[in-house]
Formats: sequence, C-alpha cells, structure tokens
Amino acid sequence: MSSSSSYSNPPCAACKFLRRKCLPSCIFAPYFSPEEPIKFTTVHKVFGASNVSKLLNEIQPHQREDAVNSLAYEAEARLKDPVYGCVGAISVLQRQVIRLQKELDATNADLMRYTNFEQVNNNQIMVNQERSNFQYGRRMVPSYSSSAWNSGISGDQNNIGIDGGSGR
Amino acid sequence: MASSSSPSLSSYSPCAACKFLRRKCQPECVFAPYFPPDQPQKFANVHKIFGASNVTKLLNELQPHQREDAVNSLAYEADMRLRDPVYGCVGVISLLQHQLRQLQVDLSCAKSELSKYQNLGDIANTTNLGFNLIGGGGGGNQLLYHHQFFPRDQQQQQQQQQQQIIRGLEGGNNSFDTTGGGFRI
Repeated sequence: MSSSSSYSNPPCAACKFLRRKCLPSCIFAPYFSPEEPIKFTTVHKVFGASNVSKLLNEIQPHQREDAVNSLAYEAEARLKDPVYGCVGAISVLQRQVIRLQKELDATNADLMRYTNFEQVNNNQIMVNQERSNFQYGRRMVPSYSSSAWNSGISGDQNNIGIDGGSGR
Repeated sequence: MASSSSPSLSSYSPCAACKFLRRKCQPECVFAPYFPPDQPQKFANVHKIFGASNVTKLLNELQPHQREDAVNSLAYEADMRLRDPVYGCVGVISLLQHQLRQLQVDLSCAKSELSKYQNLGDIANTTNLGFNLIGGGGGGNQLLYHHQFFPRDQQQQQQQQQQQIIRGLEGGNNSFDTTGGGFRI
C-alpha cells in the first residue's frame, strides 16, 4: 500500500465556508480555526471575504490576529445592532466622557476657589495643587454623531483627549 | 418653440455610489438618498471596507427611517478602519474606556479633596474652638474628621461632626476614622 501522505490539516473555517481547498498559504487559516465557524461567518456576512483578505494583506503579519479579532467584534456588533453597530457603544461612551469631564471641571473650579482662598489667607500652597489641575493630553478621538458626515468627521469636535498611551 | 419635455441632464446627477460603480442611477437606487454626489469619499470608504452588495443587503433589511443612521454609522466605521486598519472602531472604544476610567479616578480624587475643604470650611464657620483647622496636622494634635457625604442634609452633618469633635477632645482621643463618602459617578 503506497504510503501517500493522508494527513492534511483540516480546512480553516473560511475555506470550509467558502468550500474551497485550504492551501498552506491560506491567509485566513491562522485566524479562523475550524472550531470557530461562526467567527468567519459573521465577518464574511458584514465585510465579505475578499475585503477581509485585502485588508489582511495590507497589514503586517504580527498585527493580523488583532485585526481579525477587531473585525469579528465589529461584525458581531453590527449583526446585533444593524443600525449602529459598535458605533452605538462609541456614542454612549463619548457622552459619558463629556459628562464626567464637565463634572471634573466643575469640581476643579470649586477646588481652585478653596486653594486660592487659602493661598491668600495663609500664604501657603495647599497640598495637591497639582492634582487640582487635572490635565489631559490632547489626543483627539473623532466624535460620532448621526450627522457626522454632514458636519464632517473631525478630530477637533471632541475636545477631550487622553495621554499618548491607549487603553489597548 | 416647443418646450422640451425631457428633463435636463443636471437634474439626474447620479449618486456617489452609482458614479463610483459606473452605472446608471435609477430613481429607486437604494444608495441615492444617503450618498449624495458631492460626498464621493463617503461611498468610496464604505465600499472599500464593506462592499456595495453587503451595504445593499443591510439597507434592504432596515426600515427606511433607519437607513440614514445606518449609512452614517457604516461610514464612520469605514473611516475609522481606514485610519487604523488593525483596530478600527474597536481602538476608539478602547481609548474611550480608558479615558472614562481615568476620569472616574480623577473625579473621585477631586471630590474627596473638595469634601475635605468643605468640611473644614463648614466647621471653621460654625464653631469657634480656637483651633487652626487648616493645615493643622502634625504631632499629636492631628485631627481627622469623620466624613459623611450627605449633601442634602448638611446642617445635620455639621452638627454630628461638631459633636464628634467635641466628644473626642473631651475624651483625649484626637483621632477619628475618616471614611470616604461613596461617590457615585
């Protein structure tokens, strides 16, 4: 009996879905394992296999796993909320950030009144003067609104930024 | 001169989608209301990330009054994905969550600081114990004030604090537990 190489990797979820041979060079295989068929189905439904393939080809191999996972997240969010997708979450978060920032500004203003008062009366710099001036970096997040495109997506609409580091 | 019944070409300017796809823009074109010809980049981005047929299917599954918001959110997502091909909108969410956490911590600290000053101010205004309450730490006379944050009942709060301070001084025990108020954000 000829010992042909009968062992072959099972097709990845993408090739299984697309009903094609999963080649060793398949760009999807590392990120869409056959045990997670829904992941590819979801991504394909929202973005399309060819768009995902082009996107993955344009980024470095070490970034592709994160890219696939973020696409899967967005696709799932879009299927759960076909109108807003994950942008709904962004909108909610932006409102919360703005609200908290206003509250912080108001609290800081109150603090400044007390610290200025004591500076005048005691000629003493109160502790935590630095902490009463809460500063944020100027990295901007483009804000979303339902008329975002009508007014132009701009990095300056949201005046709230964070430090250079991200929360990733 | 017989008036021409055919409309002028300028009134049937193809939408940005049909212009991009190089096809005739039909009156019932699903893209036309949301991709005006003066915003070609909007459709180009959406097409690049999602593809025209996926967008068509999505729009057809929605009610007409929902489609504008859907298109705008798709355009936003596509724009974010083009700016950040690895994380797209997920990067924005992550950033905002980080901002939010930072703000919550800072707000909590600021309110805590503020409540200390407010308590000091209230007590200094209403009592005349002869103590230098401001900056009066150090040594064995460090006073820590029992802090309760009940902004609606400040008068009762002041009375309670005064009573506790007086009791503490009379008993020779000058240390009190401070419990931070529960600041709900």
